[in-house]
Amino acid sequence: MFTANRGRLTLIGVVAVGAVVALAGCASGDPLAEPSSSAGGSTIVVGSQAYYSNEIIAEIYSQALEAGGFTVDRQFQIGQREVYLPDIEAGKIDVFPEYTGSLLQALDKAAVGGTSDATYAELQTALPDDLRVLDQADASDQNSWTVTADFASKYDLTDIASLTNVTEPITVGGNSELETRPYGPTALKDKYGISIAGFVPVEDSGGPLTVKALVDGDIQLANIYTADPNIKTNNLVALSDPDGLFFPDNVVPVVSQKIDDSAAAILNKVSAALTADTLVDLNAQSKNDQLSADKIATAWLTKAKLI
Amino acid sequence: MSFLTETLAWLVDPANWVGAGGIPTRLAQHLLFTLVTLLVAALIAVPTGFLIGHTGRGRGLAVALSGAFRAIPTLGLLTLVALWVGIGLNAPYVALTVLAIPPILAGAYTGFEAIDRKIIDAARAVGMSEAQIVLKVELPLGLPLLIGGLRSATLQVVATATLAAYIANFGLGRYLFEGLRIRDYGEMLGGSILVILLAIVLEGVFALVQKLVVPRGVTAGLPIDIRDGSSRSRPVMESTIEEGNSHVHSE
Amino acid sequence: MTWIWSNLDLIWDRTFDHLILSVPSIILSFLIALPFGWLAHRYRASRAVILTTVGVLYAIPSLPLFIVLPFIVGTSIRSPLNLIIALTLYGVALMVRVVADGLGSVDRDVQQSATAVGFSGWTSFWQVELPLAGPVLLAGLRVVAVSTVSLATVGAVIGAQSLGSLFTDGFQRGIQAEIIAGILATVLLALALDAVLVLIGRLLMPWTRRSAIGVVARPGAVARQEVTT
Repeated sequence: MFTANRGRLTLIGVVAVGAVVALAGCASGDPLAEPSSSAGGSTIVVGSQAYYSNEIIAEIYSQALEAGGFTVDRQFQIGQREVYLPDIEAGKIDVFPEYTGSLLQALDKAAVGGTSDATYAELQTALPDDLRVLDQADASDQNSWTVTADFASKYDLTDIASLTNVTEPITVGGNSELETRPYGPTALKDKYGISIAGFVPVEDSGGPLTVKALVDGDIQLANIYTADPNIKTNNLVALSDPDGLFFPDNVVPVVSQKIDDSAAAILNKVSAALTADTLVDLNAQSKNDQLSADKIATAWLTKAKLI
Repeated sequence: MSFLTETLAWLVDPANWVGAGGIPTRLAQHLLFTLVTLLVAALIAVPTGFLIGHTGRGRGLAVALSGAFRAIPTLGLLTLVALWVGIGLNAPYVALTVLAIPPILAGAYTGFEAIDRKIIDAARAVGMSEAQIVLKVELPLGLPLLIGGLRSATLQVVATATLAAYIANFGLGRYLFEGLRIRDYGEMLGGSILVILLAIVLEGVFALVQKLVVPRGVTAGLPIDIRDGSSRSRPVMESTIEEGNSHVHSE
Repeated sequence: MTWIWSNLDLIWDRTFDHLILSVPSIILSFLIALPFGWLAHRYRASRAVILTTVGVLYAIPSLPLFIVLPFIVGTSIRSPLNLIIALTLYGVALMVRVVADGLGSVDRDVQQSATAVGFSGWTSFWQVELPLAGPVLLAGLRVVAVSTVSLATVGAVIGAQSLGSLFTDGFQRGIQAEIIAGILATVLLALALDAVLVLIGRLLMPWTRRSAIGVVARPGAVARQEVTT
């Protein structure tokens, strides 16, 4: 019985090994694995964070570049800055939508920041030699300390410093890294003397859970990005930041040497058209209307007459 | 390897051993969460498994369901339930209970099935009631496999409970996410080592419990024992996944 | 649920990414587990060492392994290769014990008969012990397949594309349908791979079909072995 199966066994063994080799080859040859530096110089690799809004901007860049005759390799949703920054620095990604202040702080822990223009200028010097940023957009998606409108009117809150008016315990919510960031709960305590009762990490980058927790009163103060359509939909108030606790975070493309003047011109045109309200609106289409990034991008680029 | 020294430095740093975010607190949270999850899962899975094992009915359904349950990705269930119920531990409890049910269920019914039917018949013949058969015969004899199932479930829950920190300020997983975000590999690895140690300690506890509670002479669950006492047929490969197994690590 | 219908191509892409991660891992874990399982089965001393090692391996939470592995193997952190290696490790951890137990479940008399009719150790392994342990190995491999598919989703947390990306993206955007689609696709993919394995099992081991009640490999043993691991 077994000798009869010998041929069959061998055959299936061969097939199995073949499949492994094929799939392994497939895996390492997968464009997602390593950018296709060998695949000819004309392909531009566009990356995006694992953040829906960032993906929309990356898709806008990609479609605009494609309309300008470039071939684009999309490598979207590739994690947080910690994951993709080494790849950008190594020149494996050619275009990446970034945020001026956050990127600056990632590159230089001692950065001073300031106004939007000052931050942009400082970022230009902080970047490694083979990288540069193109024009920054008016649109920004920066961190904010946000409360509900009710909470704000109860304690007469306008700016971050006014949080000292609050007499009830304040629980803070946001991504886990917030706790150690220079604008985190510790800074609120040390810089403004605001008493913070606790920190609740919610790993959705100010997304639906954070908003729900804020609205439900589980937390009183949340780190929500200013371009989040939820601020409008849920009647939230982003406290103003006159002291520049948060760095300005204007949207800006970080590009490699591969981006020539004509490609740069295309991206600069996009940035010029990308206003703050536009970004909130694009995000709302993703969250509220559940549209995919490519549809949102095409519709906006067409409307803005960029493609 | 620099991250090994970083890990060691993180583990011995006294600052990490105190306060609300300190190792003892997080360890206690992790342990408590694991125990509660196991208790809830056991309350659901053990009676169901006994019923299936005792009557021999509903086995196909249970096998199919626990196979599908096992394929449910915990991260997906966790995020979905979190959107429904918000922050806090409710979503992790639901997701991890679902993870823990299949091994316990399988342990419970395979434990009963592994018992020689002649023993059951003998118990019936000497006039035992069905309840007595379950409690006095099937339960003690099926215990090794039930404990085995609980043991697998424990290991999975301990390792996978780290994902709970994705949405809650909770447990040892917090060190992993925090370390990931701020690129502190010492913290991340230190947290992982604590999880592994906790898993090993719990394994030891289970081995001890098994020694203490399993009646002498019951061998059904011992690894070397391959006697096939069950007269109930158990097709292996023609049904959906069914083995009472195993550390399916579906974080 | 309209999200699902308008994003079928995305779901399909992620399913493909997921396959690229899980299928090589499943096959590799089987191939790697064979020699280790054999060692654990054959020698008492190596048994303790190997089984303890794989036990500890299995207790490692997947997330840090995904992150640390690139530093150890030197791959890019975004490379699917990392995940494949990590998933393979977990698969091996599960499978080694199954291989050892499967080989252990082969009747001693049968082994001795094989020796008696002139099989060498090597040919006896390939032509007698391995086929007879087949049903047990298959059962174990099916568990490996399902758990690998399920586990691969965790990579999304560190930016590796898979069906898990639907969880992280849907979570951020608050789209429940996206998460549900991801869960369904993951379960379906797991069950599909499981079905493929069953099919391969039928092709390779036609005898198990005729008498599934437990010819030589004593199926009852499988359940018990695995419960007690």
